[in-house]
Amino acid sequence: MIRDITLGQYYQTDSVIHRLDPRVKLAGTILFLIDLFLINNVWGYLIATAALATVIHLSKVPFKYIIRGLKSIIILLMITVIFNLFLTDGSVIFQIGFLKITWEGLRTAVFMGWRLVMLIIGTSLMTFTTTPNQLTDGMEKGLRPLKYLKVPVHEVAMMMSIALRFIPILLEETDKIMKAQQARGADFESGSLLDRAKALVPLLVPLFISAFRRANDLALAMEARCYRGGEGRTKMKPLVYNRTDRTAYLLIFAFMAVDIFVGRFF
Amino acid sequence: MKLTRHMKNIIKTEQLKYDYVMRDEEGNEAGYYTALDNVNLEVKQGDFIAILGHNGSGKSTLAKHINGILFPTGGTVWVDGLDTSKEENIWEVRQRAGMVFQNPDNQIISQVVEEDVGFGPENLGVPTEQIWERVEESLRVVGMYEYRKYSPNKLSGGQKQRVSIAGVLAMHPKCIVLDEPTAMLDPSGRKEVIRAVRALNQVEGITVLLITHYMEETVDADRIYVMDQGHIAIQGTPKEVFSQVEELKALHMTLPQATLLADELKKRGVVLPDGILTIKELLTELEKLINVHDTTA
Repeated sequence: MIRDITLGQYYQTDSVIHRLDPRVKLAGTILFLIDLFLINNVWGYLIATAALATVIHLSKVPFKYIIRGLKSIIILLMITVIFNLFLTDGSVIFQIGFLKITWEGLRTAVFMGWRLVMLIIGTSLMTFTTTPNQLTDGMEKGLRPLKYLKVPVHEVAMMMSIALRFIPILLEETDKIMKAQQARGADFESGSLLDRAKALVPLLVPLFISAFRRANDLALAMEARCYRGGEGRTKMKPLVYNRTDRTAYLLIFAFMAVDIFVGRFF
Repeated sequence: MKLTRHMKNIIKTEQLKYDYVMRDEEGNEAGYYTALDNVNLEVKQGDFIAILGHNGSGKSTLAKHINGILFPTGGTVWVDGLDTSKEENIWEVRQRAGMVFQNPDNQIISQVVEEDVGFGPENLGVPTEQIWERVEESLRVVGMYEYRKYSPNKLSGGQKQRVSIAGVLAMHPKCIVLDEPTAMLDPSGRKEVIRAVRALNQVEGITVLLITHYMEETVDADRIYVMDQGHIAIQGTPKEVFSQVEELKALHMTLPQATLLADELKKRGVVLPDGILTIKELLTELEKLINVHDTTA
């Protein structure tokens, strides 16, 4: 179950999308998210889906692999869809007792679900195709102007990339602790919600302790390798825009313009 | 004459002492635990030094002094002639004496092997093209070049440790301190790492300080120091050290099986030389004995 969480993971392969400048992907993802919240008709959604499908195809990340990332949000997705489905007022199509499905409800529920799925796929696609280090570099360079507002851009970027690097390690560790506790009779699966929440305490305590220990070790290892913040650092993979990146920017803006126009005014 | 000898010492400690401060629940100093006491060490450029000791013997504390992670409470540590306790020397010291830690997962920063190896040179401000050269060269030395595009999560423990070694190597250090690099590995991973360490020393000519509690890993060392309760208890070449079987047992060291067997045989009257370390050596010695026996009979 824990293995299914692919969110925030890099998928190693060679594709046009993988080679894009991380700043393009970062900007593209943000613009795509904005776009998803601006469109509100079927045509807009269809164009966005087509665009997303094209990017998935270009990225060579297997579709199955991407879908696995969705499993972890399925409950959230269901709740959103069901609430929207039953709790929206409007012209009734179907009614049993106090439960009613309305036209408007159906519409919102479908759009909500659709939007959420695309949102998750869109953002995870960025992390599938961008290594955390590239992402860090992209954020650091893209957000550099914020430095003048005393925002510690480099530090924040570094922290984010390390957090991403440790997700699979901590997941594995959670799994291990869980099994160790289960071997000694711990029960994580039955009982009321409160019982299950309580059962998590003996899981979380060792996990936190181990996370702190790892953080300490990592800080030592980084210092031992002469890490002293962003000042005076050079880059192994410096960011330079090339022709593909400029084309990608053009395509993203073209998509935005068309999709928002179609998605709002048709 | 004495001056030139001093200059050849890449690492030198003089009456090194280190106290861990113990604190009570309110954070007040409650006492000291002396982890290192009067440690004098001289390591020549290009040497392969092994430091042995059981848990809590102070060997890891010693390692952390050489990289400027801990600073002496008393005495001095010099790395390549630089006093590690001087603030202005710290980055120079850390560049010259690289360090590989025990847990392979907790020292890899990046999600791609080559980016991780490039982390050190990036911190040193090495120009981009040179970083790539260094990364390639370092990964080739440890035999991980084919894995340069891999995620560290997909590698075995031994491979991760080799990546860590490459990461340090890319900083072009004069000396590498490995703090129990094999403690968390399986036997085959252990072998891989030790082979890489040997290559560092013999091919690249880098001074190696291997800290371990596996005696088998130290048979190729130029010199072995056995630590106990913060002191250096035994020192010498592997042959000299391994011939002191009883003393080593008293220090809770696990001896190589060949050495133990030779010792037991000797106790029962088989004439064998002191300091047998490997199965191969034991075999040759025993064959010699059988041959002598055959010719006399």
